Amino acid sequence: MEWLNAIVQGTLLGGLYALFAAGLSLIFGVMRLVNIAHGDLIVLAAYLGLTVTTATGMHPMAALVIVVPAMALIGYALQRGLLNQTLGDDILPPLLVTFGLSVIIQNGLLEVYTADPQTLNAGSLETASVAVGGVTLGILPLLTFGIAIAVIWGLQWTFYHTALGRAFRAVSDNQDIAQLMGLNRRHIFGLAMALALGVTAIAGILLGIRTSFDPSIGGGRLIFGFEAVIIGGLGNLWGTLIGGVILGVAQTIGAKIDPGWQVLAGHIAFLVILAVRPNGLFPRVSG
Amino acid sequence: MPDPILQTRGLNAHYGDFQALYDVELEVGEGEVLAIIGANGAGKTTLMRSITGLLTNGAAQIHYRGQDISRLRADEVAELGLAMVPEGRQLFPSLSVKENLMIGAQVGRAGPWDLKAVYDLFPILEERKDQASTSLSGGQQQMVAIGRALMANPDLILFDEISLGLAPIIIKDIYEALPGIIGEGMSAIIVEQDITKALSVSSRVYCLQEGRVSLESASETVSREDISRAYFGIE
Amino acid sequence: MNLQDYSVSRSSKAARIAAILAAIGLLVLIAAPWWAGRADMRLMGELFLYLSLATLWNLMAGYAGLVSVGQQAYVGFGGYMLFALTMLGGLHPLVAIAAAGVLGALISIPVAVLIFRLRGAYFAIGTWVIAEVFRLSFAQISALGGGSGSSLPVAIVKSLASGRAMREALSYWLALGAAVLVVTAVYLFLRSRQGLALTAIRDNELAAGSLGIDIWRTKFIVYVVTSAFTAMIGALIFLQKLRISPDAAFSVNDWTAFVIFIVVIGGIGTIEGPIIGTLVFFALRETLADLGTTYLIVLGVVAIVVMLKAPKGIWGVIRSRYDLQLFPLGYRVKHIGQSKEN
Repeated sequence: MEWLNAIVQGTLLGGLYALFAAGLSLIFGVMRLVNIAHGDLIVLAAYLGLTVTTATGMHPMAALVIVVPAMALIGYALQRGLLNQTLGDDILPPLLVTFGLSVIIQNGLLEVYTADPQTLNAGSLETASVAVGGVTLGILPLLTFGIAIAVIWGLQWTFYHTALGRAFRAVSDNQDIAQLMGLNRRHIFGLAMALALGVTAIAGILLGIRTSFDPSIGGGRLIFGFEAVIIGGLGNLWGTLIGGVILGVAQTIGAKIDPGWQVLAGHIAFLVILAVRPNGLFPRVSG
Repeated sequence: MPDPILQTRGLNAHYGDFQALYDVELEVGEGEVLAIIGANGAGKTTLMRSITGLLTNGAAQIHYRGQDISRLRADEVAELGLAMVPEGRQLFPSLSVKENLMIGAQVGRAGPWDLKAVYDLFPILEERKDQASTSLSGGQQQMVAIGRALMANPDLILFDEISLGLAPIIIKDIYEALPGIIGEGMSAIIVEQDITKALSVSSRVYCLQEGRVSLESASETVSREDISRAYFGIE
Repeated sequence: MNLQDYSVSRSSKAARIAAILAAIGLLVLIAAPWWAGRADMRLMGELFLYLSLATLWNLMAGYAGLVSVGQQAYVGFGGYMLFALTMLGGLHPLVAIAAAGVLGALISIPVAVLIFRLRGAYFAIGTWVIAEVFRLSFAQISALGGGSGSSLPVAIVKSLASGRAMREALSYWLALGAAVLVVTAVYLFLRSRQGLALTAIRDNELAAGSLGIDIWRTKFIVYVVTSAFTAMIGALIFLQKLRISPDAAFSVNDWTAFVIFIVVIGGIGTIEGPIIGTLVFFALRETLADLGTTYLIVLGVVAIVVMLKAPKGIWGVIRSRYDLQLFPLGYRVKHIGQSKEN
């Protein structure tokens, strides 16, 4: 029973990891860019949530209304102001620039907020739970999982049923010809990053409610998102959800054996999958 | 000769240190169909890339309806009413046939060409509209590429080597449909290695040879010898 | 144009002058325990170790195209091997350092087999995951201090040399020796056939592959050798620090961020680059480190600006302005009979 509980909790945790990964996956799909600062942007969103909730007294979930557009704007500006200049055939510039960005964001947050752990106060949402069968399901993890499904569904819908999604796919296929269709690729990339950071904002707020956060945890979140993407398979958002679930379950089972093994168990699951299925479980594009 | 819709003056193009076009001067009249011929590497595609804005050139070298477009981005040039059927088709693999056509309309220009009109022209495309564009035969892909360019309702349409890699019967069909496609009012540039086909639909022809214009003539009156000389650069 | 009028040579006048100056400089540095103070010697020792790490990272990233943000895995591994082999294995520290290199090479093999399945930026993050696995694993080993780490016992420290002055001189010479060894080894490697293959891969992987160069194997060898040397440097680093903990051993900031900064600013893909970068980095650190987080933000901004505006780094700018190469790696064509080289 306790093992079942661990698996269920791990599955729900996977929803959060899928949210970490969704933005990463989107950006790689559209512009072949891997943003090393992605985890730090999740943390930035949590801190923005903190500022908004302490300034206005809003509930963190309500603060999404402000934080999501704010992060989307930041994403657009970041892409057009900085990251568009790094795109090209060479892999070094985007990697090193986003690495520098990661250092800047982490230390910027340290300057402004100090290293003290913080958390977003969501009141009863944090502890509310419902009993199903013999298992206790937290409302927050359930909600997170549900949001993850909704977000991924929304992203898929955007990609395959809207003009914007068509533009994303066209630009990702062939930048030159896409431009011949009147698509301004710098603008399209900006919109892609805006969308990705909007999703990241949701991930950040949910993270902030669930656990305490400080400026240094960005790297870890990037790694979890990355592991979910690789396990699930590149280019497949639903695969990323499954990847997140596998990672979450590996972690909770590891924690059951020994609390200090939680993160390590996840890494090991990732490495095992990398060894036997290098392209992930449901790949659609090759890395 | 009607006012030129497109004019290049002293057009030079470089790839890094390599110069691909030298002082190219050409004109396309309103409503005219112009043919550009030349061997591989003569600079035909470079010329097309320069005109559409995929390759940036020095200022004041390309004019569209009197406006200097040399420094414009490709998407800005597209909005002015230029469309291209690219060499090798270059359909978007991630998009279905229908989506490839729809993205052609992204510029949002008004005109007679919409999905229905393209389907009327090429009925096979409506049958396969939801298929991956890359699953079609070469000839059908060429139809999609042409349809995609038409969806932009351009005033000037560029055809870059549309006969490349296609069976002769398909080429024949496409060229028979071409005058109907270009229709009234549209101007066109046809870049071709198939000289006979190019001359059959155009009113004037330019020949490029190693980045320079080596011949300009009316299509009806140009002789085989003139073309051979200009094509191969034999004095 | 007559072929006899031209000669092809490896080095230039500048390179020969630089070699002479470097030899003189090296003698001066070797003599440091006699003219430098304790603090200065410690600083220089640290500088040499960072130069070694940077040169190694540059070999992997700038030449083999393997961008790793996880080299801290081997720095920490080497450090822990030093502690384990001396404390638990009874080996002499110097032997332990060499053994750490061998062990580093051994463990890098299965690691490489795994992470070479990833490409580009995903490879980079993969190396980070490996470093985290190392960190979390070593934190579980209670014999080595678990999560809080351990200090090197006095007896082992004394086995290096009985007097403190001698120990500090030895530490310094080891660091200097490591830097000289690493830079020389990298330089000779790049001059060799394998090195030429590497440069070909760097410049155009597709073309290199079509020439029959086994890309995977070349990169694999570079990864293993780099990791081995990095582990040895790690052992040296923690021999100097005398104390190790998982967070310090596997710190991303200390062993990756700073190293990347050094190589990017100095000039990636050149041997001179890491040397210049290390000097600049330490100059900045001595002047700015009081500012704490602002210092790191400045580093990040400078790295980004350099990457966007001068991607070849300081040395890249100098090299293109003055056509200079101090470590002769290319070939020069000289027109005999003219007073100037071209």
